[in-house]
Amino acid sequence: MTDVVSPAAGIPKAKSIRRDIGIKGRYAAERRFRAYGIAALSFGIIFLMLLLWSVVSKGYTAFQQTMITMPVEFSQQIIDPQNERATNPQKLMTANYPVVARNALAKLLNASVDDRVAARAIGQMLSDGVRVQLRDLVVANPAIIGTTQTVRLLASGDIDSAYKGQIDLTVSQENRKINDQQLGWMKQLSDSGALAKHFNGGIFVNGASSRPEAAGVGVALIGSFYMMLIVLVLALPIGVAASIYLEEFAPKNKFTDLIEVNINNLAAVPSIVYGLLGLAVFVNFMGLPRSASLVGGLVLTLMTLPTIIIATRAALKAVPPSIRAAALGLGASKMQTIFHHVLPLAMPGILTGTIIGLAHALGETAPLLLIGMVAFVANYPTTPLDPSTALPVQIYMWANEAERAFVERTSGAIIILLLFLILMNVGAILLRRRFERRW
Amino acid sequence: MNMMSESAVEKALDQKMSDASHKMIGKDVSVYYGEKRALFDVNLNVRENTVTALIGPSGCGKSTFLRCLNRMNDTIEHCRVTGKITLDTDDIYDQAIDVVELRARVGMVFQKPNPFPKTIYENISYGPRIHGLSKNKADMDQIVEASLQRAGLWGEVKDRLHESGTGLSGGQQQRLCIARAIAVSPEVILMDEPCSALDPIATAKVEELIHELRANYTIVIVTHSMQQAARVSQRTAMFHLGQLVEENDTDKMFTNPDDQRTQDYIMGRFG
Repeated sequence: MTDVVSPAAGIPKAKSIRRDIGIKGRYAAERRFRAYGIAALSFGIIFLMLLLWSVVSKGYTAFQQTMITMPVEFSQQIIDPQNERATNPQKLMTANYPVVARNALAKLLNASVDDRVAARAIGQMLSDGVRVQLRDLVVANPAIIGTTQTVRLLASGDIDSAYKGQIDLTVSQENRKINDQQLGWMKQLSDSGALAKHFNGGIFVNGASSRPEAAGVGVALIGSFYMMLIVLVLALPIGVAASIYLEEFAPKNKFTDLIEVNINNLAAVPSIVYGLLGLAVFVNFMGLPRSASLVGGLVLTLMTLPTIIIATRAALKAVPPSIRAAALGLGASKMQTIFHHVLPLAMPGILTGTIIGLAHALGETAPLLLIGMVAFVANYPTTPLDPSTALPVQIYMWANEAERAFVERTSGAIIILLLFLILMNVGAILLRRRFERRW
Repeated sequence: MNMMSESAVEKALDQKMSDASHKMIGKDVSVYYGEKRALFDVNLNVRENTVTALIGPSGCGKSTFLRCLNRMNDTIEHCRVTGKITLDTDDIYDQAIDVVELRARVGMVFQKPNPFPKTIYENISYGPRIHGLSKNKADMDQIVEASLQRAGLWGEVKDRLHESGTGLSGGQQQRLCIARAIAVSPEVILMDEPCSALDPIATAKVEELIHELRANYTIVIVTHSMQQAARVSQRTAMFHLGQLVEENDTDKMFTNPDDQRTQDYIMGRFG
């Protein structure tokens, strides 16, 4: 009994030997850390909001375009004075349509076209695009020659900017692109309802143009679509196959370690290096055409592969080993185990990785500049071998333009690109939900 | 009456067991994980229609030996098995033996219930499907029903065959795994601590099931529970430090073992 008592007497009480561990300090540290976290988060959110606000506030006007609706007399005098369109179809292609449009506008404004300065000023209020617009109408239906039709024509970029209030009108008229007379006409047309803003479908379908009012991302969209298709078709199977082999079949040795390190490094290689590689291999060595979305797609495939491989390997690793053991224990071969059980379970991770890789590729600009996709392409590419541009490259090109109307188009194109990225990410989330299984 | 017939079956089974042929014979089985030797020349025979329990402290090699019996050790890198293991008369490590076929004959149930994240029906039908055991849908339905019946799970799941197998309770999941193993008509079923993740009620059900399965299958079970070994097995093998210490009738093992180490382990003096 004394044995039990004596040590208790000798040892100081437990409470007094406990070191001061600063409970208060610990809580304070935790509170501080939370405050840092909230501060960092707010910082990020503020900048994101600023970015979005800046882009949207500048860009939303790009989806509206100022147009003038007016009766146009398709005068035979101007279009085909010698009446030779039956024998010379070229006549309708080369006719002086801008004059037709100008005369129509002058008539609407009750101005005389005999005053050459005024006639010029009136002509400048209309886009150069009216040439194509009217030509297409006449070529499609030559019978309208000699009649008067109500047509909605594009206003020039400067009128568009002025009407949207983007031009500083306090500057004296010699120093701005639009003079007071034109402003007066603009007001007159606007008051009569002839001149108004309409939804700008052209920005989605038009090709490149030096006239901002007629420029659109149509070609860029097709080019980006082709490239995404090529990346998906090439990078997904190659990436998934490579990951399955590396993760499930390859022996673990120095060589596979080396490959793994290299794949991880490749994911961090600057994209412009891939552009140089693509230029050297695909364009110069293999002789594929410059500016083609095929080459762009191949370069982006190389760039996306490491991302997909890393994501797929992580997804495969995350499948619980018990599932493999269950399948192997039933007598499934390794291949059956992987394709029947492991791969379906890894699918959400693989798809997410792939879509994030694709989204990354969609926004990539630098390698495309090197393989010549930064080009003025007005015609739709029919195959991936035709010259085309891509959405981010189009943004880059428009950002370099001087005209005021291109500023809103640049932001407008950024909005379109962001919408596609959001769509892809939503797709990734939905696919993830769809395929996700609990075990 | 019912009791009578049951005990008669027991008796017949015991009779069958005592002169049972050896279903699997392990001769001088050694296992190496890289440089490390995990099993030392184990000679252990598994009798037909008998439950053989493998007991011993953690890390003694009992699971390793179990996994040799259907070559699951093949999946572990740097693992090397020497010696000879036969199933009936076939050397299972022979080049001529296909491991897929072997695992169809020697099924396995794991420590943690691991149903596939698919429907109950698909869980059972997967094995028969990859081994080509059914000709048509009706055939498969029958296999699924029979397997679930045998695993004593049919009554509980027959109305939700097409719901996920992972939605069942732990005990039901483990019986589903047993049903899945039965579905490919194995001759031997290996169980690696099948009840260690289950509560006592579920454990009792699985033990009862093991008892019933003995009539048709040869069972080898690894367990950490002495009581479980005593309850379900007819033969017990005791492993220690990679060596087979003793193999004997379960009754004798738990009352009067030949080896002092067995005695100590069963009494709880080490392990």
